[in-house]
Amino acid sequence: MPPTPPTSEASQTATSVRAGLLPLVVQFRSVLALAVLVLLLSLTTDSFWSEKNLQNVLRQISVNLCLSVGMTLVVLTGGIDLSVGSTLALAGAVAAGLAKSGLRIEPWNTLVEFTPAGAMLAGMATGLLVGLVNGTAVTVFRLPPFVATLGMLSIARGLTMLWTGGNPIHDLGPAFSFLGNGRLDAVPFLGWVPMLIVVAGALAAVVAVVTGHTRFGRGLYAVGGNERAAAVSGLPVAAIKRGAYLWCGALAGLAGVLLASRLNAATPDAGVGYELDAIAAVVIGGASLGGGRGTIGGTVLGCLLIGVLNIGLVLLDVSPYWQQVIKGLVILAAVAIDRATAGRPTSPGSSS
Amino acid sequence: MIPAGRIPPPLLEARGIRKAFPGVQALAGAGITVRPGRLNALLGENGAGKSTLMNILAGVLSPDAGTIAIDGRPVAFRSPREAQAAGVSIIFQELNLVDGLSVAENIFLGRQPQTAWGLVDRRRMLHDARELLATLDLDIDPATPVERLKVGTRQMVEIAKALSFNSRLLILDEPTSALTEHEVETLFAVIRRLKSRGVGMIYITHRLDELPAIADDVTIFRDGSLVHEAVFAAENRTEYVRRMVGRDLADLYPRSPSSPGRPLLELDGLSVTRPGSGQPLVTDVSLTVHAGEVVGLFGLMGAGRTELLEAVYGLHPQATTGRIRVGEAAAAIRSPHDALAAGIVLAPEDRKAEGLVLGMSVAENISMASLERITRHGLVSRRLEKAKAAEAVSRLTIKTPSTSQAVGTLSGGNQQKVVLAKGLACHPRVLLLDEPTRGIDIGAKREIYAVIDELARGGMAILVASSELPEIIGISDRIVVLAEGRVTAVFSRGEATEQAILHAAIPPQRGAVA
Repeated sequence: MPPTPPTSEASQTATSVRAGLLPLVVQFRSVLALAVLVLLLSLTTDSFWSEKNLQNVLRQISVNLCLSVGMTLVVLTGGIDLSVGSTLALAGAVAAGLAKSGLRIEPWNTLVEFTPAGAMLAGMATGLLVGLVNGTAVTVFRLPPFVATLGMLSIARGLTMLWTGGNPIHDLGPAFSFLGNGRLDAVPFLGWVPMLIVVAGALAAVVAVVTGHTRFGRGLYAVGGNERAAAVSGLPVAAIKRGAYLWCGALAGLAGVLLASRLNAATPDAGVGYELDAIAAVVIGGASLGGGRGTIGGTVLGCLLIGVLNIGLVLLDVSPYWQQVIKGLVILAAVAIDRATAGRPTSPGSSS
Repeated sequence: MIPAGRIPPPLLEARGIRKAFPGVQALAGAGITVRPGRLNALLGENGAGKSTLMNILAGVLSPDAGTIAIDGRPVAFRSPREAQAAGVSIIFQELNLVDGLSVAENIFLGRQPQTAWGLVDRRRMLHDARELLATLDLDIDPATPVERLKVGTRQMVEIAKALSFNSRLLILDEPTSALTEHEVETLFAVIRRLKSRGVGMIYITHRLDELPAIADDVTIFRDGSLVHEAVFAAENRTEYVRRMVGRDLADLYPRSPSSPGRPLLELDGLSVTRPGSGQPLVTDVSLTVHAGEVVGLFGLMGAGRTELLEAVYGLHPQATTGRIRVGEAAAAIRSPHDALAAGIVLAPEDRKAEGLVLGMSVAENISMASLERITRHGLVSRRLEKAKAAEAVSRLTIKTPSTSQAVGTLSGGNQQKVVLAKGLACHPRVLLLDEPTRGIDIGAKREIYAVIDELARGGMAILVASSELPEIIGISDRIVVLAEGRVTAVFSRGEATEQAILHAAIPPQRGAVA
């Protein structure tokens, strides 16, 4: 074999020298946007850095964080999950109902009682089950993800209504609502930090390791980047896709349990439209809806950005109507910048 | 008609054209001259830059440097529309027709004649289309949906469409590659008619045999540069080939003498049918590839080469029958996963569609099929991945700025080497290569042949499918010829000639003897 070509060190340095400031700005645009937003809010409002406000921001973000982290996995495969809002409601209602009144099994006339923790686990399991159905619909019955999860959006919402009879389930007890309202009281200096964000953050960290450093994670990128090439490389494409929907469903289930815990109640219309915030966070975080591109870190940033923006607009007393318009513009701007910078075709075109 | 001996002034003249893509200088001083009423045959190996220049002339790409003049006036097309307005049209290899629409709709797409009410004037459109087709002596009903037409007829529709723009310069990119003999004759008749109307043409082809019938001038590219242009003369054929390749051919195929060992891959009565219709694609193929042996699989389009390799690799589990043995053991291969476990690797024909994830890095693509080898405690080790990738990059001389470069930015030859590296990372015993050098430059080709030779010397069993005769003769120890899915001949290294192989590859005329 010919000798090793003069490697790459040289040309790599050349590239980074040439790189300059603009690409850095583009690469860290979410961080920059977040920093600018926070700075702006610090200067224009008195209440942004108050303990109460920070807790509010973090609690609000937690639910969307769970949803959008799960959504990221599905989006990486080139799919989408429109059912997460409904799944959240169903899981929350199941957990709340079981915690409050247990499960009555008519034929044996018995009542199975649940501990708060057991009820919460059952709620998550419900989400997992929804994910399994979604994953099966996409891989076994080969439905387009948009259609499969659109169906599930309606089914899960309907099941929630059936389970609750259309009424909220209140007063779930202090143990149930601890997760959503507790704080890290025992930890010095961090006593004000809500439990909710700790749980959601820890999960995001776990999923970040899963996507970045496991074979399953690699598979997500490969399947989304080029499904045929992934299959020819011997990757279990169907199992990888199913795994993404399972994670997404389970995390939506967890989000539902967390929300019910925080409100100390489950309402049948919880989470309506949440799928849109989750997708927005994923997209602002730099993921491509075509699949194969995106990171959990990016999604976390996207989530923070949306969360801070939401609260910030309230603090600045912007009318709710304008809030929606502004949020939409932010999403469009984020994706437009993405397209303009990273969206160039990478292949040298048709070779001659 | 142009009087013989008088060469008219150029219709189009391109000089000193340069064009770089990330990782590859596609054109480095290319050019061409086209005169009215004459056909200029553009020759060159794959990767010589022919299609890139044509895309520039047609306004699809813009050049980095160089001049293009039409009727002596410099032009710079920013879009295909501008090129069309200046009278330049291109017929691509992949035809650009909308399947569901009629012939007439396709010809006048986006500029259908309208009635006073602003609706499409269907009657006039059909009438105009019919007249246009008649000027080419074509008997096509303009109301037929394009999807019902054969490839050859579609090409004629494309040409009619180009002429409807009053094109004075027509670029034909390998127009005959998918045509039957009869369709080729029709095409040539149309070409002659166009010449008599003063249309200038650039004609890209690999089939030198067809040039005497149509070519007036010849232009040859090598490695992105113009190396020869002259009036075409059939007797200069060998000179043309030499100028295209630019090197001694024997030099290109570094095949060392081999001494095949024990059988590593044995196919016994392998058949593949088309899923759904059950139409046979491969019928009763039995062959053996020994350790250290390179077996070439030759066949024309549709002969079943790709299907055979894919079946061995487990890509058609429902449609495959027959037995496969790998080494001593019978292998039940129902998926690529099974094939990999048995030690079989496939480098697929279409590297962009099946071989690579273009957005992922060189290292990630190389490790894709062998992640379990670099997984520690359930986590993929990036350190091991980088190390293995760096090793492969130097072993296969993959030219890339770093192993974290997105593979889509590399040139075709280097992409092909990454596909190869991905397969080799699985440490296979049997290597299946489908068109391993399609569309890559001659330098990369030679490096890939050298790798194939080295792997064979290392004891691997290699089965290579190719539609390029010189390649298959150059690198194979044995050549198996397929026609319509059946083995029609086997040649050993010494006895294979282009004529004999081609003869075996052409299917017998069906129904010729009744």
